[in-house]
Formats: sequence, C-alpha cells, structure tokens
Amino acid sequence: MKPVSLVTKEYKTIDYVSGPLIFVNNVKGASYGEIVRITLRDGEERTGQVLDISEEHAVIQVYEGTRGIDTTDTSVRFTGEPARINVSLDMLGRVFSGVGKARDGGPDIIPEAILDIAGTPINPSARDKPADFIQTGMSAIDGLNTLVRGQKLPIFSGSGLPASKLAAQIARQAKVRGEGEKFAVVFVAMGITHKEASFFMRDFERTGALERVVFFMNLADDPTVERLAAPRCGLTVAEYLAFTHNLHVLVILTDMINYCEALREISTAREEVPGRRGYPGYMYTDLSSIYERAGRLKGKSGSITQIPILTMPDDDITHPVPDLTGYITEGQIVLSRDLFRRGADPPVDALPCLSRLMNLGIGAGKTREDHRGVADQLYASYAYGRDLRRLVAIVGEEALTELDKKYLKLADGFEKEFISQGDEDRSIEETFKIAWDLFAMLPEDELKRIKREYIKKYHPLHKEPSGG
Amino acid sequence: MITGTILRISGPVIIARGMKGSKMYDVVKVGEEALRGEIIRLEGEDAVIQVYEDTTGLMTGEPVENTEKPLSVELGPGLLASIYDGVQRPLPVLLKLCGDFIARGISAPGLNREKKWEFVPSVKIGDTVVTGDILGTVKEFHFEHRILVPHHVSGTVTDIRSGEFTVEDTICTLNSTTPLSMMQVWPVRIPRPHMKKLDPVLPLITGQRVFDCIFPVTKGGTAMIPGGFGTGKTVSEQTLAKWSDTQIVVYIGCGERGNEMTDVLEEFPELVDPRTNLPLIERTILIANTSNMPVAAREASIYTGITIAEYFRDMGYDVALMADSTSRWGEALREVSGRLEEMPGEEGYPAYLATRLSAFYERAGRVVCMGAGERNGSITVVGAVSPPGGDFSEPITQNTLRVVGTFWALDTNLAYRRHFPSVNWIKSYSLYLDSIGDWYTTNVAPDWRELREKTMYLLQKEVELQEIVQLVGPDALPESEKVILDVTRMIREDFLQQSAYSDLDSFCPIEKQYLMLKVIMTYYTSVIERMNRGITLKQVQGLSLKADIGRMKEIQEINLIQDLIGEIDRQLMSLEVER
Repeated sequence: MKPVSLVTKEYKTIDYVSGPLIFVNNVKGASYGEIVRITLRDGEERTGQVLDISEEHAVIQVYEGTRGIDTTDTSVRFTGEPARINVSLDMLGRVFSGVGKARDGGPDIIPEAILDIAGTPINPSARDKPADFIQTGMSAIDGLNTLVRGQKLPIFSGSGLPASKLAAQIARQAKVRGEGEKFAVVFVAMGITHKEASFFMRDFERTGALERVVFFMNLADDPTVERLAAPRCGLTVAEYLAFTHNLHVLVILTDMINYCEALREISTAREEVPGRRGYPGYMYTDLSSIYERAGRLKGKSGSITQIPILTMPDDDITHPVPDLTGYITEGQIVLSRDLFRRGADPPVDALPCLSRLMNLGIGAGKTREDHRGVADQLYASYAYGRDLRRLVAIVGEEALTELDKKYLKLADGFEKEFISQGDEDRSIEETFKIAWDLFAMLPEDELKRIKREYIKKYHPLHKEPSGG
Repeated sequence: MITGTILRISGPVIIARGMKGSKMYDVVKVGEEALRGEIIRLEGEDAVIQVYEDTTGLMTGEPVENTEKPLSVELGPGLLASIYDGVQRPLPVLLKLCGDFIARGISAPGLNREKKWEFVPSVKIGDTVVTGDILGTVKEFHFEHRILVPHHVSGTVTDIRSGEFTVEDTICTLNSTTPLSMMQVWPVRIPRPHMKKLDPVLPLITGQRVFDCIFPVTKGGTAMIPGGFGTGKTVSEQTLAKWSDTQIVVYIGCGERGNEMTDVLEEFPELVDPRTNLPLIERTILIANTSNMPVAAREASIYTGITIAEYFRDMGYDVALMADSTSRWGEALREVSGRLEEMPGEEGYPAYLATRLSAFYERAGRVVCMGAGERNGSITVVGAVSPPGGDFSEPITQNTLRVVGTFWALDTNLAYRRHFPSVNWIKSYSLYLDSIGDWYTTNVAPDWRELREKTMYLLQKEVELQEIVQLVGPDALPESEKVILDVTRMIREDFLQQSAYSDLDSFCPIEKQYLMLKVIMTYYTSVIERMNRGITLKQVQGLSLKADIGRMKEIQEINLIQDLIGEIDRQLMSLEVER
C-alpha cells in the first residue's frame, strides 16, 4: 500500500451535478476509487467515491444523493483512502446501513479490523473444492439441485412469487448433517420494501437465529448509490467472519435487480455507451465481483455460501440481469407463476433449475449412492410427462398409450408430492422415498438412468415387505 | 527509456502523457506499484493503456514507464501442469507471495528459475542447425519436451552440454557467439511461424459419441460450443480436455467461475488418460482468469494460451486448446473499447470484433513445423460461446460461426430434460465429414458414413413426425412411422446421451461407439423388414431387446455389444416362428 498523504485536499470547484454524480474541476492527485467527504452549505456531510479522473475533472458518485448540493459553497475533501468498513465479531445481531453505519440505534462497533469493501479476487489455486452437502430440507433442492458449502445459488423469482419465504425457509433449515459447527447469516437488503425486510427479521427472530445475523439494510426509499456498496460491505464482513473467525456464513442478497438498476442509473448519468436494455457493458464483470466472493479456502474451515434473490422482470429469464447472473452463479432455482397458481409450495419449476456443484456433494458417503441416477431419472420422466400434457390438451388423454398415461400421472405426482411440501423440513431419506414411490408408477425398464443394482436395492417392489 | 505521467484513469484504462516514441502494444509499468499494462492506442504524446491489474488507488501524476517490449510469454520446461493467470503469472507462486487473495503489483516469472532439468542433447559440435531444429530433449513427467532452436537463429554448434540445468543456463552455443538456453520468449499477439499449413484429415477423437460419430472435429480444426447458461458448455469443454487424444491440452478459463477452475485443478491430477494411463494433469496447462480478475488480463488470456499451444505444436505434437468462454473475452474487448469511447458496432461491441475473432481461430491448424526432419503438429481450438439469453443471433456467435468448422449448438430445452451433452442434432453441423471420411473408413468401419447419414435422416424425420403427432396424436401414424419414433428415441437416449459423470460411460472408445450405432440401425432395418412380413410393432416391443440396447452404455466388453447384432435377428426370427 502507498502511504496515505497527510495533506488533505479540499476543493470548492464543483462544476456540474447530474443525478447521483458530481464533477469537480482542477483536482490534483486524486486517486481512482478513493472516498471523498462532501460538506454542504448547511454543514451536512456526505460520502462519495471517485469513478473517473481526468485532467479536467474528477467524477464522484455521492452515496446519499445529490439533493442540496450546489456549485458554489459545497466543498469536497479527498481522503486518499479506498471505501472501507469496520468489521468485528460483534456485528452479529446488529443492523447497518448500506455503507456500514449502525442503523439500529446501537453504538458504533469497535473495529477488530478495517477492510477495503471492494475486496480482491481469490486466487483460484487457493480455493478449496466445495464438497459438503447442505441439507436444506427442501426436496426440490436437496434431491434435484443439491446445494453445497461455498456455492452461489440464486433464486430467480417473479414479482409476487414467494422467493422470500423460500429463502427464509432455507436459512432456517439448512444444516450440514452430523455437525454442530458455528454458522452466521449475512443479510443484505437492496432496495426492498420495509415489509419484506421485516418479514425476514421476524422469521429470524422466531427461530432464534437473530443474534447470528448481520443485517445490511438499504430499503426502497434509501439512496440508490448506497445499493452499490451494500453487497460489498456485506461480503467483506462475510469474508471476515468466514476466513478469520472460521464461521460458515450464508449470505442472502435481495434483490439483485435493484442493485443492477442502481448500476444502470450511475452508468446513464456518466453517459456511457449502453449495452443491452441500457445496462452498462461491464455489468457482467461488476456482478462477478460480487458473486465470485463465495467459496472455501484451503486450510480454512469457514465458508461463504451465497443465495442471491432476483426478481425477473416480466418473468423473463433472458432479461440481462438473470441472464448474466446465471452465467456467473453455480446454478439457479427458478420459481414459476404457473405452479404457484396451481398451489405448489414452494412453486419451484424443476426443469430450468440447476446446481452445477451438485456432483461434488452427493453420492455414497455424502447423500446416497443412487442420488445422481434418481435425480436424472426424475428430470427425464417429469420432462416427458410435461410434454405429454401439451399433447393431451390437443388430442385428449384417451389418445395416449398406457405407458404415456403413467408418465402423465408421474408428472402430476411429482409436482404435488415431491416439489410441494409447505413448511415441512424433509430429510434427504424422505426425499428419496418420495422419489422411489413415484418411480414405482413406471415399468422398471423405463428407469434407464438408474443402475440396475440400485433399482434392485431401492425400488419399493424389490424391498422387503416390511418396507425397510 | 520513455517515462510519462498518468493523466486520466477510467477503470482498467488509463491515459499517460509524455510517452512519445512508444510503440503500439508495448508493455508499460504503471504507477508507483508498477502495475503491468499494455499500450493500445497512441495520440500524439499521449498513450492509452489497458492495465492488467485493478487500478483502484492509482493517482493522476504517477509515473508510467515503458519497457519497450511487447507482451510475451516464457516458453520452456516447466509449463506442464502449471496454472497461470491471463498474463502468465503462476498462481501457486502468487499464493505463496501474497496469500489467498491476489494482491496488486506482484510479479512472478512464468517459468521456475531454480528447478533443474535433465537435458539430453541430440546435436553434436560441428552440426549446423536452423530455426526449429531439435537441440535436445528434457523429460517433463513422462513427456518428451523438445528444446528447439529459437526463431531467427541458426549456425554451427560450437558447444553443447548435457546434464542438469535451469531454464536460464546456457546449454548450447552457436558460432561461439550465440548462447542458447532452454527458455524462449515469444510475444503473444504474433503467431509463431511454421513451414506450411496442411489440410486437416485426422479426426480428434474425444470419446464422446455425439462428437466423434455425428459431428466430428479434426486435429487442427476449430469448433464452437454456444449455449445459454446451464446447457453444459463448461462440462463439455472439460470433457474434451479430459478425453481428447492429443499429447497436450491447454485449458483457458477466460472470465469464468473460480470454483470451476478449482474443480479442474483438483480433479485432473486424479484422472488418468485412458490411452497412456498417465495422470491427465501431466499433459495439461491451465490458464485461469476468473470473472472477477482484471478485465484486461482476460483479454490477454486467450493469446497467452494459444502461444503456449503453438510452442508445443512446433515440437511436433497435437495440442487441443479449450477456451471457456470466448464471449467473456469479447466482453473484455467491449469494455475496453467503451472506455476508449470508440464508435460502437453491433450491441456495443467494437467494429474490429470479427477481425480479432477470426485472427484467433486462424491460429489453429495442422502444420509442418519449422526445422529439419519433417514434423507435423496441430492445434485444435474449441471455443465456448455464451450468447446472452441463449440467442444465437448475437455478434460473437455469428462472427465465430463464420470461421469455425464444427458447430455444436447446445440447446436449453434438451438441458432442461437432462439430455447431456445437450447438442442439438438439427442445428449442429461439421464441415469436416468429407476430409476425415478416409480415416474412418480405414480405421473404424467402411459403412460409418452411411450409418451416420441414416441416423441423421431418421432424426430429421422424427421432427416432422412429432409435428404430426402434436396435431393428431400418435395413433394416427402408420406402423412403419411409429417404428421411426421408437428408434429415434433409442438413438437419443441410448446413443446420443452420455453422462460426463458416469464411471463407465464418460469415455466411450470409437470402436464401441460405432458398434452401438450399428446395433441400433440393425434393429431398425430388421424390424422394418420383419414388419413387411407381418410382425407387429406391439410384438417387437414385448421383446427384451430394447432393454438390452438401453444398457449398452454400461457394457465394457465390445464383443458383448457385437453379439447383440446377432441377438436382434434371433429374437425377431423367433417372433416369426411363433406366428
């Protein structure tokens, strides 16, 4: 690190104010990304960050917004420091603003360390392979799209769909079996309503997890630019808790669409060349600097698992935000309006869901030896059953062969019994049992995705009458 | 030495003043921390520089120093089993230097300077050598690493040594004046020269049925794998890296996930090459520039990778290069171009995107190497493409399509139903079928092409029949067409689908691939033939044949599959007898 200059530089040369940005003229020796303090005419102090420096001016984004800033009396002081946050184990159970200021009326925390919120990329060869199966108690996840420690698995939702309920249920039920290791939750709210935020808070309170949660709250009526800092603050704390205090940290980020809106707002104000739908061309890189801060490190027992929540505008999975997210995260859980209307709870649409790290967390010794085959078979059979529904709508159920009728029944059963579970906390064995009961509807020869020896071992027909 | 000062900073792009005399693509050291960067535009005495590290904290007025050298890689023993970032910094060394997170301003040489290698000379004093000649060899794991005479160097050997040396030690002297070491340095943006290009006539055997039998790529050919997220691009790339029959594999993780690179790093040392029984990592070089690592280094990573590939090609080896994903590379170009305020082309990409892409893919090919003793080497490039929203009409997909020979279109709908590899058999194609026909005829079977055509015909027919079924239901089809649906389902499920995670089926030898297809096609022709003699489809479906065919993937013994061909006739015959 360079030594911080002792001479602070103060300027009253604001030339241009636009949206959340101010342009300060004739700045000498400002550094890229440094934090500035802005003092308004009435003495109010705000914080900003340098986005661009050129010979003529420095471009600064103001976290608290530019209302009240003028071009004559407002002064700007360059601190020479990057955006940093005070971190401590005492943050557990506390509520902070998007830039890390105490928001619950409590005292400021006494820092154990002061860290740069932008973070630095993890060296790929320092990463440890995620391998621990997390039992979420949800069949749609455990059985088909297994979550492992160190993974980033977003929930793609639509407006009005119960993504929050699902995330809260995962946070409540998630456990690595046979271990009583210490965990923590970092909850980052970006532009969500007070109602949604208090839903989570109540849920954590109800389950007694509240003192293990660090909240970063940037609600819908809080300044937009703070949204850009909130996830970075949250993840800096998460990294500190995971890799210094060896906790298993679950990070919930909601709602990523609001984050991207904020990014677009800044980009537009800077008059940058827009990419798809007006979002900046560097959104992929920007999002990855958030999502990639998940994982495990060799020689450290802590981990960071991320569950970002994202509302797809108009349920469109090809919209740039879910699209780019899907390209960075290790899979996705997708909620469907169609299933929601039909009363499935949670309304997880299994087909577009995916967990890329599933294979690392399943199989003999972790879940069960037949897990891969069961999941593949369920997918193949359900997809075929869904296709048949379309056919039935045209030609009627009578036109189907006997075999196809069985598939149709399986698809219905899959949605009603397997996916839908309400508040139930299912063990992985219960999930498998439901799956095998569904397979019993089909002739054995149709189960091509499962090895013969496992069919012999787990198929209800082959089991002892006692049920085993 | 040219030294300037920073005038402007905008993300990964900076402008420095006082750089008169600089050349395009010179490497510069930026700021007091000496961050590495490269000049990408010159305007009077100003130089526009893309910086390979995070620029946070840089100040205007800090010095910029021009090294007056182009961005280069170090080539020599020690490359194999390495993992580098986009500008050839070895990641394990960075880990030792600065811990779990990558700090800024750290430099580390690409090749280990201390390690000694056993050099065995193959020339003697008095020999005359020219560019590309083999001076001697070094055993790197089990691989014969050939030490070549560098470019623009030739002369008479006046001193040659044998024994243990580091990469910098002199091992040979030409004309008493030119000392040579085992290490060469080559600028990444310039292709390494070769004598001449050859037509690609040998297939790249990958052990994947849909690739080898249906849409093959050649050694020295190019292929692209586009697909939306979750369609299995990365798994396909990794599968190819694992099972391709080349001596060397260069795998570039270009702007992708960190955990995936870890997966490769941890899995490859354990996996064994089915052909040589040696650990796969011993033939692999990994370039990992994950999505959150600096954008400009991502842009450089594919050039770093292909230059290393060319180095091994020049020794006379077959190299496979996997780039995952070229879209992230294109986006890096776009980001830098945007910061330069260039006039944007389609979707904000710079207008030179197509030129850069085709120049990259043209570095693939099968060539006659420089130097004495006719050596052939090849580079096969397989690039993954991540089209936004899975829409193939976007610029990177379209511009890549113009230059590649094989197109493996991944399909979201197939992926949803867990049909992997999710290669869409209607959209995909291979332009190499004619050029490799001879090889298949001689080495696999004379009727390979015929079987393939028939398979493709049936799959095409299935699409038409499905349309009819959607309208009027399956009962409306005549028996002969129901058989087609029956058989195409077999082709899809029992042949095209191949799990990359299966212990028995992740690698399928070419002989077995052929036999599996042969069995299915024999089934089809035999059933059609018997049905003409009065047997019904219902009877056929009562046979155990279909289940047997469905289990072919798990059968290791090739003759058991061969036996199935006879079994088909026997079982169908028995139906006739029953009648």
